[in-house]
Order: sequence, then structure tokens, then C-alpha cells
Amino acid sequence: MMGREPQDDVIVVDDLVREFGDFTAVDHMSFRVHEGEVFGLLGPNGAGKSTTIRMLCTLLRPTGGHARIAGYDVVRQASQVRQHIGLVAEKLILYDRLTARENLRLFGKLNHLPEQVIDERADYWLDRLQMTRWQDHLAGTFSTGMKQRINIARALLNMPRVLFLDEPTLGLDPQTTRSIREFIMELHKQGMTIILTTHMMAEAEMLCDRVGIVDHGKMVALDTPGGLKRLVSDNGRLVLELEISNLSESMVRDLQALPEVASIDHESATSLRLHAQPGEGGSTEVLSRVIAAIHADGGRILRLSTVEPTLEDVFLKLTGRAMRDEASEKVAPRRGHWRRAATRVR
Amino acid sequence: MSEVLGASKGRELAASGLEDRRHGGGRQAVADAWVIAWKDILDFTRDRMRLISFVIMPIFMMVMTGYIFPNQNSLQNMPLAVVNQDQGPLSRMIVDALNKMTLPAGGGQARQGMAALGEAGPGKTASRSRSGNPVFRIQPAGSLAEAKELIKSGQANGAVFIPRDFTRQVGQGKQPHLVVVTDQANLQISSMLSSVLDQFLGAMATQVGAQKVAPLLAARETAPGPRASAGASGDGGSAGAVPGEGLLQMMAGAMQQAYGGLGAGGLQRARATVQPFVVRIEGIVPGPPNYFQFMAPGIMAMVVVMAVMMGLAGAISREREIGTLDGILIAPINRLSIIIGKTISQSLRGLVQGAVVLILAILLFHVKVYGSIAWVAGLLLLGIFSFVGLGILISAFATEQETAMTILMTLQFPMMFLSGAFFPVQQMPTFMQGLSKLVPLTYAIDGLRKVIILGAGWSAIQTEVLVLTGFGLAMLLVAIPAFNRVITR
Repeated sequence: MMGREPQDDVIVVDDLVREFGDFTAVDHMSFRVHEGEVFGLLGPNGAGKSTTIRMLCTLLRPTGGHARIAGYDVVRQASQVRQHIGLVAEKLILYDRLTARENLRLFGKLNHLPEQVIDERADYWLDRLQMTRWQDHLAGTFSTGMKQRINIARALLNMPRVLFLDEPTLGLDPQTTRSIREFIMELHKQGMTIILTTHMMAEAEMLCDRVGIVDHGKMVALDTPGGLKRLVSDNGRLVLELEISNLSESMVRDLQALPEVASIDHESATSLRLHAQPGEGGSTEVLSRVIAAIHADGGRILRLSTVEPTLEDVFLKLTGRAMRDEASEKVAPRRGHWRRAATRVR
Repeated sequence: MSEVLGASKGRELAASGLEDRRHGGGRQAVADAWVIAWKDILDFTRDRMRLISFVIMPIFMMVMTGYIFPNQNSLQNMPLAVVNQDQGPLSRMIVDALNKMTLPAGGGQARQGMAALGEAGPGKTASRSRSGNPVFRIQPAGSLAEAKELIKSGQANGAVFIPRDFTRQVGQGKQPHLVVVTDQANLQISSMLSSVLDQFLGAMATQVGAQKVAPLLAARETAPGPRASAGASGDGGSAGAVPGEGLLQMMAGAMQQAYGGLGAGGLQRARATVQPFVVRIEGIVPGPPNYFQFMAPGIMAMVVVMAVMMGLAGAISREREIGTLDGILIAPINRLSIIIGKTISQSLRGLVQGAVVLILAILLFHVKVYGSIAWVAGLLLLGIFSFVGLGILISAFATEQETAMTILMTLQFPMMFLSGAFFPVQQMPTFMQGLSKLVPLTYAIDGLRKVIILGAGWSAIQTEVLVLTGFGLAMLLVAIPAFNRVITR
């Protein structure tokens, strides 16, 4: 086929732009996703994640740049792209007045699957998502978690090469969240390419092979979760969390006096967080000095742990701590508010 | 299991689906449209409240428009102030006749609309039988001023003033005035009242004329009895048709009493002299005009077209709002299939509602369909077709269901009145008539009226059919590209 990309780059995004009026939601974004990869898109509200996904799903026309999915251009070959994608959007794509199975049958038919194949796959996914016993109930009677499971089954009916999951665990209880995460891992093992957006750092860390951090429509960082964490830990700083049952002022002063200790934050009456810059002896030396100092003051250590930087730290470091009201989905900046508000609602 | 349904198999199937599309694009598009229509109908039938209101709405519409408009039943016991300053035999007879004037009682005929009575209906319907309810309740008054006070205070709907020496002046050929006072604050009643009085008094005037002419034509032998089919146009000052033959008979009797014995034949010749010809008003189809016959097509077209437009624009904006439209849009189907599918489901609903209106009209209001039901359905479908484009256009630009509904409501009102659903377009000022020509609903209603009331076929409604088709095509030509453009922006 013409213009087919190398097999391992199932998504190629090249200089993609999307403007709403004079607000640029996606600002010259470029990235590639390999076949079989779970690719995370992280970013504050309104950073442009969903806009990017909608463009890749052919639901939104880019203002500039190109994107290809499975080798097909999302604008010029939209209908071929649609053969290869499945979408779990922010909003449930499910009809409340149809039963679970009727919903699946409907979307199966719209994907031109033979009835027998639809039933076969519906049986499989319903079973896999533990929804078989509810299949003949109206979707409107389901809990959010049940709806989301049917929604995912629906997105998988056409066995897409690329599955887009836009905050799939948003608003779900811990049980459903866990089962959906396990399910994503299973799909990953089967070789499906998955694009996942989430606000839960733990989720991204657990599921994603690579994570792109998006802010103000730009990709500000793109690496494996480990690689991203090194961004914030590379300066070699050691963070310790300590819980001492008889924590006292003098103990804190003595710890502060240690040459390697940079700062101490009190977490509570009995616990503190200690930031240290290891010297010649490395972190082992810091650890034993800290322990020795506490012992010298007669402190009883209940817990001591080293704190690894999380994706959350990376995220906050890269995107700042300011809240994103201004650039959030439906509230646009003052000027031209009316028009933009209208065009951004979906 | 997971291996059986692995990703590679899915891809093969997806690929074969692609081939299908390439080979049978048109057929596939229609099949997809049916899938969407099926979904919509299934979805619709699952909501009991919506189903109930779906049937009740046309019933309400029909019953409301059927019963709020004045009909013959409103013409009962109307308080009428009468000032009789004359006290001669002629004026006494007029008052007496006003007192005795009745309407036919009972079922079917009473439902016949005001057209039969107030406007030029065939002469036989009004004031025929003496067994019904009296039309007027006479309130005697001493002077014209007193009568006017009665009207102002609401104790009378109108007044008749007979001046002093009325009988004598008639006898002397002085053409005295008889005054009818109407209540300008009550337009409907006063127009009905004045037209009834006008007819009645006009008929009496003719009769008096005949009586006066009769002696001049006397000295002939007797002739056969009065003609069976009466009904005549007025002469001189009185406009409108003459009420029924029964009334004439009654009055002839009274006249004979007043003026002494003249033969029925002489009277007949005298009547022919005063009134040289008789106008008989005839409809295109037999029977008196029926107000519902006029209303039913308008209401049917309006209910159906509005329901479909609302349904179409509402359904698309709603699906967009709740997000399910995305699911349809990312399926590898033609955008046109979405439009066609939605149109099919909404049209089916519309036709069912149209049928409800028609069945109600037939059962409750004795409407008769003179033309073919197929043309009725065909015109309704064309009416729907002419509005599909507009519905889609609205749904494309209204991002929320509420917005779409607001836009539709805004359009609905002018359309309701401009289309002539309730009031004939011909009664409107020229400017409004021009505007009404821009509303496709006008043509749908016109066509339906021709088919239902007049039993028209293709040759009589081809203009309407062509205009509706043209409107529909033009709207779609604008709407479909706009929809495609806006829906993916």
C-alpha cells in the first residue's frame, strides 16, 4: 500500500496543530507510537490530550500538520483509519435504552461485521469483562463501572489495531479500576497498541511503556516512566521518610547539623521528610549517619524509607503547580469567549 | 479463547469489510442507514412516557383546535337586545321570528363548522328545524341607548332596533332603516351574529318585497306549490345567502296572515319578480363544508413536519451532546447513512403520528378523505422531505439539544400561522401571503387539503409536489455539506 510507514510505527504524528479561534489547543505536536505499545498521554486539564485523540480518531480536523494511523492519513483516508481504531472517549458511547448486547450488535453492524462474528466477539468480551449475566439488561440501568465495561467491549468489537482510551478509569470504584487496568495489560500482551490518557500517575506508571507529557498543546517530555523519573532524580538527591515515635526538637536540630542534610520537612508529630545530598560515601553513608544521629538522641525508629520520585513529581515539575482553569476544556480566555466556547463543546 | 479471537483475525475481518465497502458502496450505505434507523426506533419504543405523549400530542392538538374555534353550538341562546318602537304587525312578526329562530338539534349536523352557517353555505343547513334550541334570547329594551348599555354591560351580544312607524313606512314604500348593533369587543360572536341577522332580515326583506309585488301580478289562477330547492342571493342591501326554505315557508305564512289570502302560486311569481334568479351554492364534493375537513390536513401536516424536524435536529444534537454520535462517526460508514437513517426513523414516527391525527379526525370529527390515502401519505412524506435539510442544518450548528429546540420553537410559530394550518392563507394581507409562499409547509398543507377535501389526484397537486421536492433538494444540497463539515470541524 502506498505510503505505508515502517511496521513498528503504527501512529505517526507530525507537526499536528489544532486551533479553536485564536486559542491553540494542540501546538505543533509530533510523536510516534510503536506497534504493540501502551502509550500514555499525561497533562493538565485542557492541555490538548483529548483534542489530539479526537484528531487521531478522525473526529476533529487538524488545522495543520499530519497524522497517520496504520499508514493511513487521518484526514484524507479517514474511512480506512476508522477500520483500525477503537475509541473509549470521555463520554460513554452507549445507548441507555438498548441492552448491553443490543449495543454491541449495533456497533458491530456499523463496523460491517457479520452477525456471527459480532455474537462470537460479544460473547467473548462480555465474558472477559464479567458482564455476561447483564447482557440483556438495558444499559441505562447499569452502574458507571458496568457501563464502562460495555463501552470498552464496544470499542474492541472491530479488533482495532489501535485502541484509544481517554481516561478509562475516571470516576470508577477501585475494584472496577483495577479490573480495567488488568484488562488493559492483557490487551497489551495480545499485542494491541493502546493510547491512554489519565490523570492517575500510578496508572500511567503501571500500564505505559512510554509516557508523553503534554502541556499547552505541546509535548514537553516523552520517555519511559523510568526515564522521566530520572529527570527529577538525576541530581542525585536522596529523600528519606522517617517515623520516630519520640520525635523531638533536639533530634531534628541534630539531624539538621549533619553536613549531607539539605532540609527537613515536618510531616506530622512523629514523621518527617529529609532531603540529603550524598557526599563521597554515597547514600549508604547518609543512611548510617542519620540512623546513628537518631540513636544518639535515644530516638526509636518506627519506619525508614527512601522516597523514589514518582511521575507525579515529574508531572508537577514539568507543568508547574498552577491550576489550569484558563485553558480548561470549556472555559476559554475572555476575548472571543462566545465563539470558542461553542466550538469546543462536544 | 483469546488466541482464537486474536488481533490478527480481527484485522483480516476488518480488511474484508473494507473490500465489501469498495464493491457495494451504495447498498452498504443503505444497510447502514437501516441499522441506525432500527436503533433509533428501538430506542424510541423503550421509553413509555415518550410513547404515550407521542400519541397524546396529536390528540390534544386535534381536540384543542377542534373545540376552541366557534361552531354552531356557540350560536345558542345568544342574548339579543330588541328595541321595538313600531308595534305594527310587520315588526311584531320580525320579533316573533327572531324569538322562534332555531338551529337544527343533535349530533352530526351540530358539529358542522361555522362555515356552514356564517359563510356562504348551501342554503339548507341553517335554521331549518323548529325543534332545536333557540338561537336568540330576546331582551326587550326601550331605546337604542338602553340596548347599547345592555351590550356594554355584557347582557346582550347585539341589538336589533326597529324604528317608530316601521310597518307603515314599509307599507308606503319609504324604505325605512332597521338597525343591527354589534359588539366590537367580541369579534367572533359579533361577526356571526351580524351575518345571521343579515341573512335573516335580508330574507325577510325579500319576502316583504315579494308580498308587495304579488298584488300587482294577481288575477291569475293557482300554480304548483313552492319549489323544493330554495336558497337565494340577497338583493339590494342584504348580502349573503338566504336561510332555509323552512324559514321562508314560515314567513310566507305570517305574511299571508298579515296581508290577506294570496295564492302560493302568486307568491311564487312575485318572488321571481323581486328575485329574478336564484343562486345555489355547490361544493366540489357533496355535502356541507366541514370545519374539521379544513383543519385536519393542516394539523396533520404541521404535527408530522414539526415532529420530524424536532426529532431529527433533537436526536442528532442529543447524540452529539451525550457523546454517542462519536461512536457512529468513528464507524467506517458514510456520513450520508447517518442522515438517511435518522430521517427514516423520524419519518416513520411522523407517519404514525399523521395516521393518529387522521384516524381521530375521521372518528371524532367526521372528516372524510375524498382522495387517495396513498397521496396523503405521499404528500406527508414530501412535506417531511422538504424539511429534512433544515433539520440537519439546525442539528449541525446547534451543539446542544436545548439550542436546537430553541431554534425550532422560534421557527415553529411563524410556520404554524404562515402555512395556513389554522387560517386560510387567502385571508392574509398580500405581504404575509408572499411570506407564506416561502414556507414549504404551506404547499404540503395545500396539497393535503386538495387531496383530502376535494379528492384531487396527481394533476391537481403537481405544483405542490414539485415545489416540495425542489425545496427538499435545495435544503439538502446546503445541509449535507454543512453537516459533513461541521460534524468533524
